[in-house]
Amino acid sequence: MAESAVIVEEKGKNLWRGGVSPMKVSYGKLMMWFFLLSDAFTFSALLITYGLIRFSHPAYEGAVADFKFSQEYWPIPEKVFEAFPGMHALGIESAPLVFVGLMTFILIVSSVTMVLAVEAGERMDKKGVEKWMLWTILGGLTFLGCQAWEWGHFIHGSDMSMNAVGNFIKGAGLSQNQYGPPNFAALFFFITGFHGFHVFSGVVINFIIFYQATVGVFEKRGHYEMVEKVGLYWHFVDLVWVFVFTFFYLV
Amino acid sequence: MEQQTSQVEVKPVNKAKVKNFLKVMWYLAAITAIEFAIAFTVPHEHKWIRIIVFIALTIVKAYYIVSEFMHLGHEKRSLKMSIVLPMLFVVFLIFIMIYQGDAILKALY
Repeated sequence: MAESAVIVEEKGKNLWRGGVSPMKVSYGKLMMWFFLLSDAFTFSALLITYGLIRFSHPAYEGAVADFKFSQEYWPIPEKVFEAFPGMHALGIESAPLVFVGLMTFILIVSSVTMVLAVEAGERMDKKGVEKWMLWTILGGLTFLGCQAWEWGHFIHGSDMSMNAVGNFIKGAGLSQNQYGPPNFAALFFFITGFHGFHVFSGVVINFIIFYQATVGVFEKRGHYEMVEKVGLYWHFVDLVWVFVFTFFYLV
Repeated sequence: MEQQTSQVEVKPVNKAKVKNFLKVMWYLAAITAIEFAIAFTVPHEHKWIRIIVFIALTIVKAYYIVSEFMHLGHEKRSLKMSIVLPMLFVVFLIFIMIYQGDAILKALY
C-alpha cells in the first residue's frame, strides 16, 4: 500500500484514476486508438462488401483497349476515373487515375504537416502548431474540393451506355449508371462518401484544435496532447484513403 | 498575459524526428509511384499478380503510416497488440466474403 502510494506521488499526477497507466499512454489517447480500431472495422466491412459484390458480378474478359461500359460486367476502374479538370482544353483525351493520384499526394502531404504540428506541440511551440495546423486544414479542404469535382464528373458522366432494358444512360445515380452494374456507383458513393465525411469532420476538428491553440488553451494547460489525439484521427483518414485508393481505383 | 507567454520555454526543432517524417513521406510517395507504374505496365491479364502486388504495397504503406505517423511502432507492446491483433478478424472476413461472392457469381451465371 505504502509503496504504491509513493509511486503515484513520484509521478506527480495519475493519468488514469487507478494510479499508473499500464500502456504508458493517457486515457484519452488510448480511447482514440480504440475508436479508430472500431472505425477501421467499419471501413473494412465496407471495402470487403465491395469485394463481395464485385466478385459476384462477371469480370470484363476482352482486351483492355476494346473496353466499353456495359451493365453486363464490372468496369475497369482506370477506364471510369480518367478525367482531370481542364484536360479537354489541353487536348488530352484521357488521364487515367491521375486525379486520384493527386488526391492521394495531397492527403499524404497533409498527414506530414499534421505530424509536424504534433512535433511542434511537443516543444511547446505555439507558433509552429498554428502554422502546421493551418497547412493541414488547407490540405484537407483541397482534398474535399477535389472529391467534390470528382463526384460531379462521375454523376454527370461523359459517354453513354445502354442499361439492361436497352435505354441509354449518361452519368450515375443510385439506381443506375453508365459505367457498369448499379452497385458499382452505389458503392462508389457510399465508400468515398463515408471517407469524405471523415475528412470533413477531420477538418472541423482540426479547426477547433487550431483555434484552441491560437487562443492559448493548450499553453495554459501545459501540454499539447490534444493535437496528438486529433493527429491520430487525421492519419487514420489518410490510412483509409490508402486502402480505398488500392481497392477502388487500382485493383 | 504577455508575461505569461514569454515564460513558456520553446525547445528547438527535433531535427532527427522531422527528418524521419520526411523520409516516410518520400517512401509513401515512392510506393504510390510504383503502384502507378504497375497499374500501367503489368497487363490486366495477370489479374492475380496485380492484386497481390497492390495489396502487398498497400500494407507496406499502411505499416509506415501507423508505425511512424501514428507512432504506434514506438508504443508499448501491449498497446501495439491490442490494436493490431483484432484486425485478424478482418482477414477472416475477407476470405469468407470473397468466397461467398464467387459462390453467388456461380449461382447466378
